Amino acid sequence: MKLFTSAFTAIGVAVLAGASCRTADVAPKPPIIQPGAPGESSRVVAPAAAADLSHVGYTEADVRFMQGMISHHAQAVEMVALIPTRTSREDMRLLGHRIDVSQADEIKMMQHWLEVRRQQVPGEHAHHMHDAKLMPGMLTPEEMDHLAAATGDEFDRLFLEGMIKHHGGALTMVDELFATPGAGQEVEIFSFASDVDADQRMEIERMGAMLNTILKERQQ
Amino acid sequence: MRPVAIRLVVLFGVLLSVVISGGAQQSPAAPSTNDPRVGLKAGLRDAGQAARNMELVASLPKPEGFFDPKAPGGIPTPPERPESEASRAGTEPEPPPNQQEDPARARLVAGLNFANSDLAFSANHLFMGNFNGFNTYDIERPGRPKLLASVVCPGGQGDVSVHGNLLFMSVEQTRGRIDCGTQGVPATVSAERFRGIRIFDITDVNRPKQVAAIQTCRGSHTHTLVPDVNDPANLYVYGSGTSSVRSAEELAGCSGLDPKADPNTALFSIDVIQVPLAAPQSAKIVNRPRVFADPATGNIAGLWQGGNHGEGTQTSRLTNQCHDITVFPEAGLAAGACSGNGILLDIRDPKNPVRLDQVVDKNFAYWHSATFNNDGTKVIFTDEWGGGTRPRCRASDPPTWGADAIFDIVDRKLRFGGYFKMPAAQTEQENCVAHNGSLVPVPGRDIMVQAWYQGGLSMFDFTDAAHPVEIGFFDRGPLDAKQLMTGGYWSTYWYNGAIYGSEIARGIDVFRLKPSEYLSQNEIDAATLIHVDELNTQQQTKVVWPASSVVARAYIDQLTRTKGMQPERARALKAALERADGLRTAQDKSATAIVDQLETLANQVEGDAAAASGRDAARLRALAATIKARAARLR
Repeated sequence: MKLFTSAFTAIGVAVLAGASCRTADVAPKPPIIQPGAPGESSRVVAPAAAADLSHVGYTEADVRFMQGMISHHAQAVEMVALIPTRTSREDMRLLGHRIDVSQADEIKMMQHWLEVRRQQVPGEHAHHMHDAKLMPGMLTPEEMDHLAAATGDEFDRLFLEGMIKHHGGALTMVDELFATPGAGQEVEIFSFASDVDADQRMEIERMGAMLNTILKERQQ
Repeated sequence: MRPVAIRLVVLFGVLLSVVISGGAQQSPAAPSTNDPRVGLKAGLRDAGQAARNMELVASLPKPEGFFDPKAPGGIPTPPERPESEASRAGTEPEPPPNQQEDPARARLVAGLNFANSDLAFSANHLFMGNFNGFNTYDIERPGRPKLLASVVCPGGQGDVSVHGNLLFMSVEQTRGRIDCGTQGVPATVSAERFRGIRIFDITDVNRPKQVAAIQTCRGSHTHTLVPDVNDPANLYVYGSGTSSVRSAEELAGCSGLDPKADPNTALFSIDVIQVPLAAPQSAKIVNRPRVFADPATGNIAGLWQGGNHGEGTQTSRLTNQCHDITVFPEAGLAAGACSGNGILLDIRDPKNPVRLDQVVDKNFAYWHSATFNNDGTKVIFTDEWGGGTRPRCRASDPPTWGADAIFDIVDRKLRFGGYFKMPAAQTEQENCVAHNGSLVPVPGRDIMVQAWYQGGLSMFDFTDAAHPVEIGFFDRGPLDAKQLMTGGYWSTYWYNGAIYGSEIARGIDVFRLKPSEYLSQNEIDAATLIHVDELNTQQQTKVVWPASSVVARAYIDQLTRTKGMQPERARALKAALERADGLRTAQDKSATAIVDQLETLANQVEGDAAAASGRDAARLRALAATIKARAARLR
């Protein structure tokens, strides 16, 4: 990566781009201060210590979380692919579209996260392998077949129940991640897991409301 | 910024808010591809630049300790899957990339760990927040900023504010430690973890000391200092947490449950922290007001429920958090940019903010920040569509999405005026969306200078809320020609005569304005007259211009531009002001004659004002008052 090597050299000598821009003063570098806990004194640390990410990098649990979540999301994408041919409800189609776009996009993001860290990147069909372990909340092959065989109201009900359970599994995975010592410290993992938690809670809430509506309509 | 851009914001919100904006206004033009900002060369240190009506006068790269030596520019952001592709569910996935292809990629894992964030100012000091701590610069000579001290204290976002000898900092990440350590907190429940608001004593700016650390359930993404005009012994801080809620085992009372499951949930609130200025170490949370509650039902989740606003509209987030709250204590008002809503709060009692109004917008994905105009009669809300890490200023992106929405405040209610979006089309390699800005204190006009991440900075006039106009800009090419790497301006703020930019990946930039047909030298000089001792942009104060000749000339220039004044009148006024400025002392022989002439002219301008209307009438009145006060100084 030529870009980074040359850029780093440039930083070292504080050479700046732009014709209209003055070069910075060459002055002795001020020290880097690391404060202590409230009330405690501050100390001077070396630049390498200030920029040390070695203890807040990703862990094995983070990698497993990302790998597992790819399978988990991939099943959601498969579930919503059933919608167009099995339901006539516009709100179900809209729900499916939203889930499809967001989960597919997150799969890409997770694959990339694993890729740049040179970790094994599961494909979107890895959970179909014979020895594949189902992540929390995922539908069994039998449940998936049952869903695929249903149509109309029955499909809508099974889909919503299944997706609520499925999303609930994602919350479990986030809980387990943060319950693992050292996990969830890296900035990207922290942000992603936090967002999965917040967003899936919201979607569970919405799907619960849809399910109630459908059940009520059926009683009438 | 919300680092992970893609989220499941879904579905069918129930519309409880009263105003839907975006219906009647004139639509802004599509992003322009014929602009000097289009086609700039990429690079971390040697990117191409384009500027209009402003000049870059200084740049400093990030100091040591605030970048990864192995990846000084950060890491690439994963590509997005186009919606058309994403819609084709069930198709064959792409083959997994060959991991041996480029071994260097494995090293590029710095991410947002060292991103520069928000700025605060005090006297000759600029404080630049960073996800890894903060840096203090001496800006006594704005064209020669000098690093004074680096403070390492990780936890993100590191947004900073300053009040006297106290510096406040937001911390939200689970790696944050009470002792500012870089080693993170491996334990899942730990007293060493810190998420909340830190307070540093900066009496010695070269060696800040942490004096308090107020733990909050959701951490602090941003915060706002709120002075209480009736209680100068205490300062209040509004803490906005947008992240996950930690467990009650770690911090008693914390719950991230749905309000139906737990009415005491930490969601759907803001944190109000009281800081006794004589004993900041005793700072504590004194309230968690339910500012989104439905007054009729008491439901604390009373605002936008998440979802879109109909076919072809944006999906707005559920309102369970504020991202930014901007206070204007002299007006007793705060504007909250709160995920799915913009809200207006009465903060005359800072401990107990009361919601006055709320709006939704069919084009807004995520209500991000707010800026009042100087009169407190308008507020600009920004939409951080894509979370700040995504390219959202491409030629194909709608000019009303990821933009500013400008509202008039009428009878303490918000009334939509128009949209503004930085108008030059940006590339796929540039994260770009509306972000933080501040007012440029030009008398007689509402002008803001705003950061658009890698879309650069844009200065625009929003005196007419329905027709904002761009009047200046600066932009660089992307950090990298091929890959999207998070960078660009987090904040660009005017402070005492210069514009300072916090560049996420590149460092600090300083700009001076240049006169143009849109902004005269007199207007720039009038803005430069205003000196403040401190600036936290989320804590606005009302600027009052002195009765100076240059302020009068700024008004005359504006009235000439709008043809709101006859050229003869403008010439006579300028000549009289010049004579007044030429007086050495008030005892000068000609002083009386000049004073009389100024007063006669001021009376004529008042007469003009009576016959004029709208903004020109206000300018004529302000001009007359300025000339009279100027004359009074010569008596």
